[in-house]
Amino acid sequence: MTPSSSIAAPGATPAPEEHHDHHPSYLVDGTTIKSWLLTVDHKRIGLMFLFWVLLFFLVGGIFALLIRVELLTPGPTIMDAMTYNRTFTLHGLVMIFLFMIPAIPAVFGNFLLPLMLGAKDVAFPRLNLLSLYIYLGGAFIALWGMLNGGLDTGWTFYTPYSAHTTTTVAPVLFGAFIIGFSSIVTGINFIVTCHTMRAPGITWFKMPLFVWAIYATSCIQVLATPVIGLLLCLVTVENLFGFGMFDPARGGDPVLFQHLFWFYSHPAVYIMVLPAFGVMSEVVATYSRKNIFGYRAVAYSSLGIAFVGFFAWGHHMFVSGQSTFTGGLFGVLTMLVGVFTAIKVFNWVGTVYKGAVDFRTPFAYFCGFLFFTVFGGMTGIALGTVSLDVAWHDTYFVVAHFHFIMVGATIMAFLAALHYWFPKMFGRTYHEGWGLVSAALIILGFNATFIPQFLLGNNGMPRRYYEYPERFQALNVASTAGASLLAFGFIIIAMYLTYALVYGKASGKNPWRSKGYEWVSESPPPTHNFVGPQPVFPEEPHFYVDPKKAEVPDAV
Amino acid sequence: MSELLNNILFLPEAASTFAERIDFLHHFVVGTTMVMSAAVGLAALFFFFRYRRRLPAQATEYVVPTLKTEFLFVSVPLVFFLAWFGIGFRDFTWVTTPPKDAMDVYVMGKQWMWKFAYPEGPNGVNVLHVPANRPVRLLITSRDVLHSFYVPAFRIKMDALPGRYTQIWFEATKPGTYQVLCTEYCGLSHSKMLAEVVVLPEEEYEDWIQEQRRGRLQDRQDALADNSLVPPVARMVEQGQVLAGTQGCLKCHSVDGSQHIGPTFLGMYDREEKLDNGQTIRVDEAYITQSMMDPGAHLVAGYQNVMPTYQGKLQGPETAAIVEYIKSLRTPNVREGASEGPAYDAIQ
Repeated sequence: MTPSSSIAAPGATPAPEEHHDHHPSYLVDGTTIKSWLLTVDHKRIGLMFLFWVLLFFLVGGIFALLIRVELLTPGPTIMDAMTYNRTFTLHGLVMIFLFMIPAIPAVFGNFLLPLMLGAKDVAFPRLNLLSLYIYLGGAFIALWGMLNGGLDTGWTFYTPYSAHTTTTVAPVLFGAFIIGFSSIVTGINFIVTCHTMRAPGITWFKMPLFVWAIYATSCIQVLATPVIGLLLCLVTVENLFGFGMFDPARGGDPVLFQHLFWFYSHPAVYIMVLPAFGVMSEVVATYSRKNIFGYRAVAYSSLGIAFVGFFAWGHHMFVSGQSTFTGGLFGVLTMLVGVFTAIKVFNWVGTVYKGAVDFRTPFAYFCGFLFFTVFGGMTGIALGTVSLDVAWHDTYFVVAHFHFIMVGATIMAFLAALHYWFPKMFGRTYHEGWGLVSAALIILGFNATFIPQFLLGNNGMPRRYYEYPERFQALNVASTAGASLLAFGFIIIAMYLTYALVYGKASGKNPWRSKGYEWVSESPPPTHNFVGPQPVFPEEPHFYVDPKKAEVPDAV
Repeated sequence: MSELLNNILFLPEAASTFAERIDFLHHFVVGTTMVMSAAVGLAALFFFFRYRRRLPAQATEYVVPTLKTEFLFVSVPLVFFLAWFGIGFRDFTWVTTPPKDAMDVYVMGKQWMWKFAYPEGPNGVNVLHVPANRPVRLLITSRDVLHSFYVPAFRIKMDALPGRYTQIWFEATKPGTYQVLCTEYCGLSHSKMLAEVVVLPEEEYEDWIQEQRRGRLQDRQDALADNSLVPPVARMVEQGQVLAGTQGCLKCHSVDGSQHIGPTFLGMYDREEKLDNGQTIRVDEAYITQSMMDPGAHLVAGYQNVMPTYQGKLQGPETAAIVEYIKSLRTPNVREGASEGPAYDAIQ
């Protein structure tokens, strides 16, 4: 089946685009540079975020490859130790603060939240534009610092090392501090939008699950980000002026830093992965043409993860000298996060049950996502098992685990979102064959990169090692080979999506015949999302029941 | 069986009583994880084929889980997770609570080496000798930044924190040599901060410790024979020279004017130093002493702040001796005009 024929299947010719002459799509409504840079349209802002986020992903990815090449041999390969230490710091910082945290909320959240709620825009459109410029300002200050002097502490900035290191700490931390404001502003905007801008018919329990996930994420962003902001200020002051906050030589406490750091950075893991869960709830419902199995359970578990996520930070510190009892407490709380995630996984698989599966590129990413989430989540539970963490802590097992759950799940969701909503955003379609090939390459490459790292961790290789004992080499070579496969997959995606952007076939309004709310408007939507009177949403999202047989059931 | 699993999972040799416990739980957790992942994956795969789309706009049934299903979704993982946690926490409590008869060893991490000290015995760098089949308690601290003491074969790990002690214990089961790694990022040579644990059979260990003690006793007798409690200046310089060697000063500071990690001692005293904050300072007794106790306070321009503090590590007379030694390395003023011979005194 060729992709084009499957899109324009018989009996389902998409209605010819209704050209409301006075309502051009948001893409062509104003074509000057100024009309983009000063826009308050949430869709254009989302698109600009997409551009920058992809650019930073490229930067972080190049540095990831440099790290993998360096680790090809036990000794020095292509760089010296100091350069290596700066490289992994840059990789971590860029990927976490500039890519993964904003990736799905700032791009797809911005683009879709108002569409999914039947609103014309987010609650504070100008604040929304501001968050883009705050993000860029912080990003460039941090990158400037990374390139002029370079930071070598790792993205965790553990004291007292970060208080002593002679590399440039201040601009990088200041940049990260500024980026935090972007995160807070976006979060507030989304929370207010969910509370005040829902169209008639959209009750809380008829909101699409992607909106639920973004809502839970926003709560974390607003509550946790200020903590790391203050912490980064304290470390900067400590580094510049020698305050004794965290340095025991001056009377400070290095473990205090870790508590404050993980109080943000543990929930931050859910800032990265909850939106991914939201994307997948939409994708699995659309491509299996099924209502979500256990809608409320999935919605509540997002809130549950957000809540419990705040009480699990101490599992990063089992061997930091905290008391045995504290270790146990954080261990149990960590298990609860696993239970909430398990609920989601079971409900996604349940959604496919008695569905009608159309195996497209986004669905292929859903399969990869399912594997990464289950395996990454289960290894997370294994790490939460206190005594096992004593052996694995700060080894490559941890590196592999968090890449599986944070990166694997998030990248799968990001790519699924990119493919699933590509027609919505640009009104064009990509080549389905290339989509499936690259999805297979990426899933394979990801496994080949990180499964060897689990084994490296078992074997005892610590993380952040520039040189390593000979016995670790075979697995490192395997990991590097996997990374190059992964890179190859991304290159293919970049090529066919860029091609589709310019030459892709017109997709029509709703190429997937989805009953997600965002497909009610045109694709691409006009500037104010909906033409004519305020749309009404009588059915719950993803209600694919035969209208003849449908006695509308109550949600569970 | 367990041997085979260890090979498949790339686990290193299990050489402590704790390692045996860890490996059991490891197999249990990883085994269950594999089975569960496979079950979820296979169920999903089955659904993808069984329920593939036949008509483009196919309608589907409205299926929602019953309360029983939801209960199952929550309780099955919860039971497994809590079971693992229970076993894991029991073992964790065990390994963080040393038995009363454990032998103590002090472990100090320092950029980038491990130092070991026995309360009634020898000191050592990067090699830890312990007897087999006897509990050993490690009292771990750090002299500069965070480190983490990790022995893969024993499956133990504990952070080394400056300014406080942490503890963990182990009982090695097999004589042999095992690697120690640092797992907390600690700067430039983090990956070179390696050491080894030598596990000796009980008798061999006793012999070893006796031999080490003999050496120490000899040192003490030598010290007693040296009856000058307040050494004259000339002796202080000598003593300072010895101390500069044993305390590791000379690892970073040269005495012949050559460039190294820290400023050279040659001609340092009474010199105008440019500091990294742009100010200048005259090197006097006060500055040298301060730099030993709080090295970052006034950092000389062009050098990294990598020196550890000697606060509490040097006694008053020792500090004074090192200061006198540095003073003795003064260079005479170089005279203008034609040379009248060597400008620098020879350095021993």
